[in-house]
Amino acid sequence: MDPECSQLLPALCAVLADPRQPMVDDTCLEKLLDWFKTITEAGSSLLLLQENPCLVELLCHVLKPQDLSSRVLSFSLRLTGVFAAQEDCFQYLQGDSSLFVASAAGQLLVHILSLSMRGPAEGPPSLQADDWPPCAQKIVGHIEESLRSTATPQITQALNVLTTTFSHCHDPWTQVLWVQLHPLVAALLQKDPVPAAHSLVDLLLSVARSPGLSSSSCGLWETLAQTLSHLSPTQAGLLALGILKLQDCPQALRAQAFAVLLQPLACVLQATAQGPGPSGLLDSTAADSVTADMLLPSKAACVGLLCQTLAHLELLLPLPQRPCPWPQAPLLGAAVTLLQLCRGSGSPASDAGRQLCALLLGCVRVQRAALDFLGTLSQETGPPELVTQVFAVLLEYLRSPDSSPTVLKKAFQATFRWLLSSPRTPGCSDLDSHTLLFLRELLPVLQKRLCSPCWEVRDSGLEFLTQMTRRWGGQAGFRHALLASEVPRLTEQLLRDPESYVRASAVTAMGQLSSQGLCVPPAGPEHPGSQQKSLLGELLHILSTDSEGFPRRAVMQVFTQWLRDSHADVVGDTEQFVAGVLQVAGQDLDWEVRAQGLELALVFLEQMLGPPRSHCPYAVTPPVAAPAGPLTQALQSLCRVRLFEFAFRALFDCDRPVAQKSCDLLLLLRAKTASSSSLQEPRSSPDVASVEAALQRWRAGDQAQPLGDLEPEVVLAVLRSMDLEGLRGALAESSDHVEKSPQSLLQDMLATVGILGENEADCY
Amino acid sequence: MKLYCLSGHPTLPCNVLKFKSTTIMLDCGLDMTSTLNFLPLPLVQSPRLSNLPGWSLKDGSAFLDKELKECSGHVFVDSVPEFCLPETELIDLSTVDVILISNYHCMMALPYITEHTGFTGTVYATEPTVQIGRLLMEELVNFIERVPKAQSASLWKNKDIQRLLPSPLKDAVEVSTWRRCYTMQEVNSALSKIQLVGYSQKIELFGAVQVTPLSSGYALGSSNWIIQSHYEKVSYVSGSSLLTTHPQPMDQASLKNSDVLILTGLTQIPTANPDGMVGEFCSNLALTVRNGGNVLVPCYPSGVIYDLLECLYQYIDSAGLSNIPFYFISPVANSSLEFSQIFAEWLCHNKQTKVYLPEPPFPHAELIQTNKLKHYPSLHGDFSSDFRQPCVVFTGHPSLRFGDVVHFMELWGKSSLNTVIFTEPDFSYLEALAPYQPLAMKCIYCPIDTRLNFIQVSKLLKEVQPLHVVCPEQYTQPPPAQSHRMDLMIDCQPPAMSYRRAEVLALPFKRRYEKIEIMPELADALVPMEIKPGISLATVSAVLHTKDNKHVLQPPPRPAQPSGGKKRKRASEDIPDCKVLKPLLSGSIPVEQFVQTLEKEIL
Repeated sequence: MDPECSQLLPALCAVLADPRQPMVDDTCLEKLLDWFKTITEAGSSLLLLQENPCLVELLCHVLKPQDLSSRVLSFSLRLTGVFAAQEDCFQYLQGDSSLFVASAAGQLLVHILSLSMRGPAEGPPSLQADDWPPCAQKIVGHIEESLRSTATPQITQALNVLTTTFSHCHDPWTQVLWVQLHPLVAALLQKDPVPAAHSLVDLLLSVARSPGLSSSSCGLWETLAQTLSHLSPTQAGLLALGILKLQDCPQALRAQAFAVLLQPLACVLQATAQGPGPSGLLDSTAADSVTADMLLPSKAACVGLLCQTLAHLELLLPLPQRPCPWPQAPLLGAAVTLLQLCRGSGSPASDAGRQLCALLLGCVRVQRAALDFLGTLSQETGPPELVTQVFAVLLEYLRSPDSSPTVLKKAFQATFRWLLSSPRTPGCSDLDSHTLLFLRELLPVLQKRLCSPCWEVRDSGLEFLTQMTRRWGGQAGFRHALLASEVPRLTEQLLRDPESYVRASAVTAMGQLSSQGLCVPPAGPEHPGSQQKSLLGELLHILSTDSEGFPRRAVMQVFTQWLRDSHADVVGDTEQFVAGVLQVAGQDLDWEVRAQGLELALVFLEQMLGPPRSHCPYAVTPPVAAPAGPLTQALQSLCRVRLFEFAFRALFDCDRPVAQKSCDLLLLLRAKTASSSSLQEPRSSPDVASVEAALQRWRAGDQAQPLGDLEPEVVLAVLRSMDLEGLRGALAESSDHVEKSPQSLLQDMLATVGILGENEADCY
Repeated sequence: MKLYCLSGHPTLPCNVLKFKSTTIMLDCGLDMTSTLNFLPLPLVQSPRLSNLPGWSLKDGSAFLDKELKECSGHVFVDSVPEFCLPETELIDLSTVDVILISNYHCMMALPYITEHTGFTGTVYATEPTVQIGRLLMEELVNFIERVPKAQSASLWKNKDIQRLLPSPLKDAVEVSTWRRCYTMQEVNSALSKIQLVGYSQKIELFGAVQVTPLSSGYALGSSNWIIQSHYEKVSYVSGSSLLTTHPQPMDQASLKNSDVLILTGLTQIPTANPDGMVGEFCSNLALTVRNGGNVLVPCYPSGVIYDLLECLYQYIDSAGLSNIPFYFISPVANSSLEFSQIFAEWLCHNKQTKVYLPEPPFPHAELIQTNKLKHYPSLHGDFSSDFRQPCVVFTGHPSLRFGDVVHFMELWGKSSLNTVIFTEPDFSYLEALAPYQPLAMKCIYCPIDTRLNFIQVSKLLKEVQPLHVVCPEQYTQPPPAQSHRMDLMIDCQPPAMSYRRAEVLALPFKRRYEKIEIMPELADALVPMEIKPGISLATVSAVLHTKDNKHVLQPPPRPAQPSGGKKRKRASEDIPDCKVLKPLLSGSIPVEQFVQTLEKEIL
């Protein structure tokens, strides 16, 4: 322990031992404990105690009966445990009100149980519970007693201890333990309602996942099946998902679990069925009355259950062990129906359907969940008539003035995913005719959304446009539809939106449109006032004048992409472009803009010098160095765009990521030029010295003086003389290593109880 | 207690309540949808409208061709537009004691009632209601009078002929009662009968009932009314809103414990959320203007327009519309914009506080100052020299049958760049557009109706717990086009009583108590006897005196003193029915004797 901490420790121990100074923050104590753990792991605990007698005093002090807070007591006990593993029963701690204390006590019980079962050295523990060590028997007895209790908190704690046990211990004795306790756990199911259902589900799933147990022999599957049918639909959903995620489990149980999971949606389909019930989902799952009862009486219960079900199914869909056959069509139908009910556009024939409609009408939570789910379902296809319905309901949501901004965003996302999955004509990469038809209906909606008074809506509209353009910008059908609409022109106008997020999204969208040649300069007699200004000029203007960071960052990203793609506006005079951008970016107050400037510099550098060597040890890299001639020219080009001045400034940037990035860039450059012999110059030239002197001043914080025009040789010499590796090491150290230090923790804790000298001085 | 229902229009109600000895008319709304059957009145000579072919019957007889014209597949009456009045035959309107007005939209039939039925009572309304109501009437009269039309069609109204006409003329109801617009003189006379009231002010009607206006949150000065006696309370809820717009918020608490709640004036577009519609309005407006088109907003000169202007005030800069002129054209545009700023006490709290700052409550003042919003009495005059396109024009009338809007429809209808945005929910936009078809201009329907929707009503009813609810029949079932939407109807227990035009409802409610005062000297003389802890009884002998619907127990007259020589002229004049009172039984009753006496008396 460093001396500074040693000095603070006595005062802290005094605070902890003083019941009048309550330590309200549990997390401090947890951190303190972590710190002691690392100290004792690194060195001798005995020495630590000898050097810091205050610790022993604290531990002795807490043993005296007094009004010490349970948190400090727990901390002290665990600290004692850290110093010397003492075995004792801390069961009474389990019922403590502090979450940390209860959980620590539970964990302690598990550890003690596990330790005692591992035994001293008498071979593997007996598989007869009667022969278990007395300590273990006592703990098991305590758990049994708790499971028989009528108080739900006690049952919950016992279940949690067991859950931890089965998650952490996979020895054969755990099977004995399960066989012994299983009847008690199963007995819980006979109670109505089932107590501590959530913890029970956790326990059963942890037992089922435990490799130490052979599930079939322990009646686990039967218990799981029983539990599925006893729990309420909301609780059973979680268990069903857990069961379906299990690697191996009986087919019948999986089918039952899936049926439970699908039940709420089956109810929805049944309630809204127009004619005879839909097939598929309902064949195996007769929408039982319990779920229907659960759905209909209250809005909160209905919405909660539906959202949970949709989220569970969404998690299940991408898993390899998902149920097969997957009921894609009924699920699509259910998602579409839910979305219609939320809009009031479905026309349910039954009373239950009408009730459901009244509950779900305008419910944003269900709308969001259903749109997310619908988007996920796009990974699979569906019957064409259902896909048509999907697009219809999406269009309805995109059009509706009542769609909230978040719902609209989700609708855009789901629409994009469905467009991605829409079938393509074989041999033709273009969008098929249905999709194009849809697109023609979609674009006017997008147009209107881009004019929305709500900035979130304009923003998600632009994001959607960017995604679409990135994906289909090269395809004739899409290009034709887009160019025939007002969308490109409206996007251009949004570059001047008052909301910075929207401007940023408009920059990205325009960058993308321009890359694909989809920008239409405003022209025509109806726009006499608008000047013909190039997009490049407009974006440079934003970069140098916009008051908010987001649009400027977006511009830098667009420029980097343009450089990478050799955009027509850039290739004309790349050097001038790069020089201009770097000059503006270097002065930006936003570190992300400067960092993005380095990214752009890197792209330029790679274009000049070739990509960095592969780090893969098996890659075939030609050992030959780059020829000197082109290298010199490349370096001269880099000098002309003042890339070095930009990078050197960034190297001493007060924001660590910028400095790190610059360091990496310069290291790459040095590696690239290392083998070039023609540029080796003596490093004592006067130019080199003056540059190094300037850099010294920069490092010290005085960046006023520019470097002026640099020669490649000078740059290389400066690069070679710099300890870039050392700098990278220093930068790699976390910037908050000061804040995370134990000294800082001790100071903080003392400060909260007002013990530090300066605070006392304040009183006078 | 009876309710006479004179109007079938749920948002333009006109009901008469007979309560105790009073006859109270609740609102007198004017159903103007009848004007949709008439040809528009063009402000500027329109060759298209003046050269329409006359309509002839299937058998070729053309005797109606002067009255009926065919226009884009529809038949319209070529005459001065007429309005559908409230029922005048159901009850003798000269017996109406008072008329309570709840908001300026619900008083448009007032001149017909006060000037032509022998009405001699008083009308009660708040000041903004009267002032803005006057503006609306003035605008209406102006719109119609400035396009004089000699012809008044009446042949088609003949029942036998009407049967032969195409829809919707064939199905038009009560055509015989349709009347031409009133004159400004009638308006002034009607308005002179109004007595101004303030929110929560208690007004005694003949000592029998007390009426009180409460803020209803829908429009400037809009009110609901409480009509109560000592033991009965009737609430009349007309156009009300719970949204935070410009008016003072709705007073819900005072509606509690009503015996009967009469519920009218709910939103006409229950499926459209006003916030979403305002967003839609702004988006479509911006889209049109950015494409170089003009936007036409047919509207009333007061009400939602204040909120729209406020939204646009916040929106135009962000939408890059700062250079687009906004024109508000109405004969009363100036008064409307100025009035709104001076009714401070009737505004929502937020706006009230602005009155004490050097800042007007509504931002349209700033729009006017910065020349972004300009207002004109008519498109003739200054407007034609200032007019610049693309622009946004707010003008009336929302029916598209008269007012400056007719001209703009003719002017802009041919270009698909232009857009007409309907924000007023009172008229079917398709019917309003019928005489302008075919139309190239884009039409957007964004009805903004801030009145209560059914979810809000159901919460309100749960909150105020009336014993009985009475409402127009339209509210007791889902709209015909959305029969599955059980949420679009009033759901309460016991089920609401519904009414329709020309129906008389006996309200399900019996009066059981009446308050009687006891004179102090009589009260002094009472000797209460406790019969149960907390309950005492006393017998009282007194004379019940009833005057001005107030009942007072007075001490009984003393038995006439034997005239000791002095001769009294007519003793009975002072003390009527002056019999010597028999003493009353009190104390324990000898039951048997009592029963015997009873039997003897009865048999």
